[in-house]
Amino acid sequence: MTTTQNGLSRRDFLQSSAAVTGGGLLLGVALPGAIGDAEAAGVLYTPNAWVHIADDNTVTLLSARSEMGQGVYTSMPMLIAEELNVDLRKIKVAIAPPNTKLYGNALLGGPQLTGGSTSVRDGWEKLRVAGAQVREMLISAAADKWKVDRSTLRAENGMVLGPNGKKATYGSLAEDASKLPIPEKVALKDPKDFTIVGKRTKRLDTPAKVNGTAEFGIDVKLPGMVYASLEQCPVIGGTVKSFDATRAKAMPGVIEVVQIPDGVAIVADTWWHAKKAREGLTVVWDEGAGAGVNDKAMIDGIRAGAPADKLIPLKAVGDADGTIKAATKVVKAEYVQPLLSHSPLEPMNFTAHFHDNKVDLIGPTQWQDASQATIAKILDLKPEDVTVKTTFLGGGFGRRIDIDFIIQAAQISKAVNRPVKLLWTREDDMTHDFYRPQSIHEVVAALGPDGKPTAMTYRMTSQSITGRVFGLPLEVQDPLMTEAAIAAYEIPATKHEMVKHEAGVRVGYWRSVSHALNAFANETFIDECAAAAGKDPLAYRLSLLTNHPRFANVLRIAADKAGWSTPAPAGHFRGIALMEGYDTYMAQVAEVSMKGGVPVVHKVTVAADLGHMVNPDTVEAQIQSGIIFGLTAALYGEITIDKGRVQQTNFDKYKMVRMNEAPQIDITLVASTEKPGGIGEPATALIGPAVGNAVFAATGKRLRRMPMTAENIAAA
Amino acid sequence: MTTKFNLNGKAVDVKAEPDTPLLWVIRDEVGLTGTKFGCGASLCGACTVHLDGVPVRSCQTPLSAAAGRKVSTIESLSHNNSHPLQKAWIAHDVPQCGYCQSGQLMSAAALLAKNKNPSDADIDAAMSGNICRCGTYGRIKAAIKTAAAEMRAA
Repeated sequence: MTTTQNGLSRRDFLQSSAAVTGGGLLLGVALPGAIGDAEAAGVLYTPNAWVHIADDNTVTLLSARSEMGQGVYTSMPMLIAEELNVDLRKIKVAIAPPNTKLYGNALLGGPQLTGGSTSVRDGWEKLRVAGAQVREMLISAAADKWKVDRSTLRAENGMVLGPNGKKATYGSLAEDASKLPIPEKVALKDPKDFTIVGKRTKRLDTPAKVNGTAEFGIDVKLPGMVYASLEQCPVIGGTVKSFDATRAKAMPGVIEVVQIPDGVAIVADTWWHAKKAREGLTVVWDEGAGAGVNDKAMIDGIRAGAPADKLIPLKAVGDADGTIKAATKVVKAEYVQPLLSHSPLEPMNFTAHFHDNKVDLIGPTQWQDASQATIAKILDLKPEDVTVKTTFLGGGFGRRIDIDFIIQAAQISKAVNRPVKLLWTREDDMTHDFYRPQSIHEVVAALGPDGKPTAMTYRMTSQSITGRVFGLPLEVQDPLMTEAAIAAYEIPATKHEMVKHEAGVRVGYWRSVSHALNAFANETFIDECAAAAGKDPLAYRLSLLTNHPRFANVLRIAADKAGWSTPAPAGHFRGIALMEGYDTYMAQVAEVSMKGGVPVVHKVTVAADLGHMVNPDTVEAQIQSGIIFGLTAALYGEITIDKGRVQQTNFDKYKMVRMNEAPQIDITLVASTEKPGGIGEPATALIGPAVGNAVFAATGKRLRRMPMTAENIAAA
Repeated sequence: MTTKFNLNGKAVDVKAEPDTPLLWVIRDEVGLTGTKFGCGASLCGACTVHLDGVPVRSCQTPLSAAAGRKVSTIESLSHNNSHPLQKAWIAHDVPQCGYCQSGQLMSAAALLAKNKNPSDADIDAAMSGNICRCGTYGRIKAAIKTAAAEMRAA
């Protein structure tokens, strides 16, 4: 067994290696890029936690972040490969096993979690250092072997090259290199010398995703595996009072019916049998406190404020209240955001195999170390006896930060003592989400004689997600609630405050989290101020950004490219919006027409400045993706709850933007050497206000309540 | 009793009850997992396969409806990504999470089988039953045009 400096043994790695997204031998699915190939072909060496080299020259690079569409399966290896000097087309990729110390996300405070548009920002230096370390170790191993000064050697394209034509493959040096200490200080390339990072690069996961071989959680198969479908209380949080499974047990294929804390699971020989047998199951529920929940009452509660609410000041400059009180011209508005479901296309699922007081977990998750630690605690196991292997995620969007379905799979497997794949239906998924919280934003500004704001107050009331997920106390500011709450506009006196309100339904992180809530309020409000001042929305914004060049720059570019200064096509109207989020500066111009009382979005013009980019093609893909995701929410997104029951159960009532409604999207990326910004989420937050402002231009109606249904627009 | 049908050119004989959705027969009994489950209600298109060349939602197609007929899944396009659509999907780097793409490709394959020069409206009409939560619609449309051009030239 090869043990490395960092204590990660070959056995550990091979155990983790079935976490390879491709699936590997364990899963019995032959896939491109499977670590099984590397294992079968030779002996693996692990110079550090990120690079594994087999003696047959197979190089495997690890991604500690889950691939859920955002491209980390390619961008993370690109950063390592840049310094390791290997051909990206010849490497394999594996998704890292849980190990907080090795693979934690410093930008999120340490957890091994994929979210917050952090992957590139967290990995930007760390992964290049990791690649450079191994490069230097390989060079040192060659220097020792050839007994030459290491300064005469260089590493290129998977080989160490020396004087007089000496050369050795990485594979031939890997064993010796892995015995060397990991160098603390390594030289990194000047970004102008990058040959991989910053270049448009084909995604490494595309080939497997066009022929059906990419392995998602739903595709996992273990020997002897059975299938589970779980009946959960229609009211989230409700518990089983009693159940009668007599009929269900008599239905075809049913093996067992077991109760777990979240409901009653049917375990059968096929998933269809398990799902169908739910029709033969009668459960009496204790619906609990959630039975009284109603989304309209929730909004009233948020607006009224409840005794448990906690007002937390965020920022105050000057005397905003006094200035507004004394002002002759005041603009005031209230913005309301509905509950939303994540609805990734792959319904929640996980495969668990409880055996010998251990449990192996395989499936799609955004949070590996919490899955391991939480399930160890719940099943009273040692964390090292809980393995977590990450497949491709059929969408994440924040839903797979939560691990409820993983816990359920583990509990069911333990109850039936077999490998079990738990798969939710779409209806299970939509009615048992952790919803994006509702919010109310009260914004007031005083306008001076020149029309510019002299003061502004901003109060957001919403439910803290971080309280539930990370145990953040009620009295502590939730940094994920304040995102984009303070816009860049130069206003002499401002007061921002947040109110944390427990609304009665569980809430979760949803792509762009509070950026979408706050940017909608801020970017609609500044448009309202411009209108009240009788100014052009672009010129008005620019006049308030004199000391914010990165903001002003993207705003100008987007406006220019959209033809802001020229008339829109007949019947078309434009709206603009601007935001910084995740260290990314972005502006969007939406061009819409109205049809049947609702907007048709024809074109979205985007300018983004996110500093250094790893894969510009993926950056564009994420902007395209974010816009469609945000547009779906803006046009259609609303979860309603009656008597504790979520009213939308499938895509008929919870509509999605489809191809015939997808706008043309024109993107300009600003060349920049600033530190990298995140790109998975910001575009989602901006499309709502951009379209809303265009609707105002078209109709004079100001949308302050989402979504933009005919009903809400008519009522505006 | 068993049901016989032709799956990707091979005769198969399956045991599932005749009312079992074809999707689950293909995935869990035959073991071809490229075809995905998204909604179970013909609303998302992730489960799209061809039944005698016509795109159908396999989550709502009972096994009995496939008896004696030809069923084609994503695995039938090609294993080595040599189909013009697969090549175009790679050229445009269409997939993100990738979960919907088998269904997208099968809808696109049915379109191009009867129309090798589709207009934007033709593509919208053929593809708007397929949801992509990652919003790859623009790239899908571009890739279909690229594949169509290759098929016309062939």
